Amino acid sequence: MFGISDFGIWLVYLLCIASALLCLIYGIINWNKGGNDENELKKDAMWEAEDSKIEENI
Amino acid sequence: MTVQIIVIVVYLAIVGYLGFLGFKHTKNSSDYLIGGRKIHPMVMALSYGATFISTSAIVGFGGVAAQFGMSLLWLTFLNIFFGIFIAFVFFGKRTRRMGHNINAHTFSEFVGKRYKSKFIQKFSALVIFVFMPLYTAAVMIGASKFIETQLNINYDVSLFAFSLIIAIYVFFGGLKGVMYSDAFQGTLMFVGMLILLVSVYSGLGGLTAAHEKLGALFANPDAAGMAMAPPGFVGWLNMPASGSIAAWVVISSVVMGVGIGVLAQPQLVVRFMTVKSDRELNRAVPIGGLFILMMTGVAFIVGPLSNVYFFEKFGMTAMAYAKSIGSGSEAIIPAFLNNFMPSWFSTVFLVVIIAAGMSTISSQFHAIGTAVGRDLFYSRKKGEKQNMLLSRVGMLVAIIVTILLAYVLPSIWNDSIAIATGLFFGICAASFLPLYVGALYFRNISKKAAIWGMMSGFTSSMLWMMFVHSKESAVLKICDLIFGKTTIAPAGTIVSYIDPIVISLSLSIVVTVVASLITKSKFEKEHIDECFEGVGK
Repeated sequence: MFGISDFGIWLVYLLCIASALLCLIYGIINWNKGGNDENELKKDAMWEAEDSKIEENI
Repeated sequence: MTVQIIVIVVYLAIVGYLGFLGFKHTKNSSDYLIGGRKIHPMVMALSYGATFISTSAIVGFGGVAAQFGMSLLWLTFLNIFFGIFIAFVFFGKRTRRMGHNINAHTFSEFVGKRYKSKFIQKFSALVIFVFMPLYTAAVMIGASKFIETQLNINYDVSLFAFSLIIAIYVFFGGLKGVMYSDAFQGTLMFVGMLILLVSVYSGLGGLTAAHEKLGALFANPDAAGMAMAPPGFVGWLNMPASGSIAAWVVISSVVMGVGIGVLAQPQLVVRFMTVKSDRELNRAVPIGGLFILMMTGVAFIVGPLSNVYFFEKFGMTAMAYAKSIGSGSEAIIPAFLNNFMPSWFSTVFLVVIIAAGMSTISSQFHAIGTAVGRDLFYSRKKGEKQNMLLSRVGMLVAIIVTILLAYVLPSIWNDSIAIATGLFFGICAASFLPLYVGALYFRNISKKAAIWGMMSGFTSSMLWMMFVHSKESAVLKICDLIFGKTTIAPAGTIVSYIDPIVISLSLSIVVTVVASLITKSKFEKEHIDECFEGVGK
């Protein structure tokens, strides 16, 4: 197929495209899932404040 | 050349302006969290992709693909499946939540705090500080080689010019890769590679015709005689013969080393923690997957197909052409673009390559700087100013070592980019992967198991490189000094071609598992509960 006769190459050519499609489908299905709750937001805010301090130090 | 320099200057001005905008935006935002939330997932994913894929992948491994053929596409598959899907879905979310729970800001701090071990924190930071410059140098070589070919200047001058660009970029705060400028670079890379793919296939008469021409090329005894690949290579459109030297080089070094090694890359692990929520990670998966396909996928298709172009014009294969101009495989992609693509495209691609280099190098220096300042030498007693100074001195040392390595390595190794990249990825995977997976998934794993696994992986990696894997042992010369030969592997066997990662990663996994079974976790329940709070929900 597509001028490729070796099974290993042909397979990986398709696997590359298939794995990118898997990523695409996963993203579409989970596009709006995974927001943070209140408690996590607080922790994240503290983490980010400290991270920006480290950034300034460098 | 004037046009090319003008294009580079305009590009750098845009990147600088975007960097400044991003900087101002962050500074003015009273609430970092809300400010950050406005960042589009497309911007986040492209910036991650631009960090992930560098000149090393496009120029270095693209050249290796020209030599070894499309079997390199297995690396693209692993990059997408492990580097994006598994990394984001199974590692990213847990890393982000756990990292925030224990207030970790670097990879070393993450594993150090999770295992309550200063030793793990400092040792892993030391590995990053000592070995990351090798990988950074590989990226620098890729970009400098490209500039050398495109502007037709000496490699040393090109390296100096690129180092200067990097120094200015880092100095003006592009260190962590300001999201917008990174995303701009990512977009450039995507469009550049898309144009390259279409023009290479259409230049050979379409998809099937191009593959048929490449298949027929190996049937030509003149071309096959100039393949310059190790025994076991049976064509650019074929997998190497199983168990042969070519198979071990492709599968163990390139595919496994870099494909699996990506999971334990400190500068990528940190990216997960800076993401705002799991939702951003979910949204980054499709964009990241397509981006990697377009980057390494295209490079590993164009590389092998370049043989047809080189043979039609010069009567020699891509690798033979590279040798004829006194270079290794890393000269192939730049030479291909120079000879067979319109000059406007080469100019655009020059910018693409500089973009790919800059976004990766900035995150590498960031990882080195934080390893020194936060993990290796940090002390509350020293005060803010002294800690800051240490970070900067450490980073300066790393930058100087990197430039020196980029200067020296091409004269030591023919495929310096691929070897240096594989070496760093291999060390990271063998030393860190088992303890990183253990940290994320196993509540009962003990501190001892993590340390033993890390040390066995690191030590065996080093020993294998010094005494067995001839690519490194021939350069390090320690084996020669002690035993009077480059490798202690039995002559005539494939042992000296087996990449360190195969041995050392297997060993560190076994040691970590066995040690987990025979030692008891002594962590308090509160600590483990704190680490895993909200993880895996």
